[in-house]
Amino acid sequence: MLVIAGTVPDLNFPLVTGPARLEGDSLKVGDHLIPVLRGTPALVAAAIRTAEVVGDQSPHVILAGDTGRGGGSRLVYRHIVENAQSFAGTTLTFHYLQPDVDWHNRILMALDALSLQPVRIADAGFMYAAKMSGYAASYDLFTPDVGELAFLADEKAPHPFYTRGFILHQDQNAPELIERAYAHDNAARYLLVKGAVDMFASGEKIHWRIDSPGCEVMEAMGGTGDTITGMASALIASGIDMEKGCHMAALANRHAGMLTSPTPATQVAEIVRAIPQALASLQKG
Amino acid sequence: MFFRKLFGRKKAKTSRADRGMLLFDHTSDVIQAENILKAEGWTIKVMGPPPEIQRGCDLVVEFPLMEQMRILETLKSAKVHPVDVVPVTGPLLSPVDLFHTKDFGEYLMVRAANMKITIEKKSRMIVNISGGGCPDVPFLADQLTGKILEDAPQPREIGHTLCGYALQLAYEEIKRQCL
Repeated sequence: MLVIAGTVPDLNFPLVTGPARLEGDSLKVGDHLIPVLRGTPALVAAAIRTAEVVGDQSPHVILAGDTGRGGGSRLVYRHIVENAQSFAGTTLTFHYLQPDVDWHNRILMALDALSLQPVRIADAGFMYAAKMSGYAASYDLFTPDVGELAFLADEKAPHPFYTRGFILHQDQNAPELIERAYAHDNAARYLLVKGAVDMFASGEKIHWRIDSPGCEVMEAMGGTGDTITGMASALIASGIDMEKGCHMAALANRHAGMLTSPTPATQVAEIVRAIPQALASLQKG
Repeated sequence: MFFRKLFGRKKAKTSRADRGMLLFDHTSDVIQAENILKAEGWTIKVMGPPPEIQRGCDLVVEFPLMEQMRILETLKSAKVHPVDVVPVTGPLLSPVDLFHTKDFGEYLMVRAANMKITIEKKSRMIVNISGGGCPDVPFLADQLTGKILEDAPQPREIGHTLCGYALQLAYEEIKRQCL
């Protein structure tokens, strides 16, 4: 089972847990409707579409409203710590959460105590907290974009905002940044680096690169990294090997982008709608 | 004697012993304090805290220590309350000051750190905001996307985190380039 923990940009949205499904361009969790614009709702929507294609069950979500003051994130953190037992053996994806090292470490301790470990995937704010905590290596997969990779590569930066200039300048040189992130133990077991060239790496090597079909304008579109992580999470949760699942997700995202004939003004909901067709074309090919 | 004077002066110039840090619960409080203090003409800087006090999305306000009492009074009048005031004893982290601009023809994108803002050049409408990982990013994107650059709320007014602060820098840079 895939479990996704994150936030929605609505201060009044309560802590909501349960299976998520799509109703048009909105997520439905219990009685709650959440528009899919970007962020965690986009990740969840991509995971739902992917689960439908591979015949897997819908993801279970843990969501709370948070617009940056951290209250909703703390509700999510607390829920995970108090219900850690229920995540044994799942694939657990952490997403837009207020970076908080104390809460991150409490979650890690609770998960470490499980006899059957979940597959741990981290992106966005929770990935920042995982790196800041010094326990990045406790994760199975991080899915940074190139700017976030520079942050992982900077052993001194507590947040991408503080990535030192001499490292930020190297963001065209991802292999060097990957090597540096692993050298300082600031990377998960695997990295799926999202960008003009998508890469999948471990501490030993870069396993693959994808640069086509090329869709340069997707760099400007909010949420396209979220859809890759959502697809990868769903594929891994369905039992597909992590390297292959990430490869399929990265490729399908490019195909989904091309299907929308995007401009920098295209919104991610259009990508989400194209995911089934993109995944189907991969399965045929 | 000449060299002693010279080195003495140099040491005084680089010393941070006369600087203090205002610590706040939230980045949004830091942003508010920065706005208030800069409007009052104080020489302050928003910086990153030293590792021993880093918790999450952190910023501190570095200020001249000798002015502590008046600065605290100014903030108190504005109902912005730091949780602590400590002297600066070591180097503080500098926020990113590098911008990356990408021209897509009809569209222009500016990136600051992990945050990107894209506008349609002709209308100056904000068409997309991407990057970032703190929970105010999707909120800021909702609030800014579809608005004309000069009419949109400033990220610093409604954001709360370092990602929001980075978006403010990208927003200022794209305004500088386009207005």
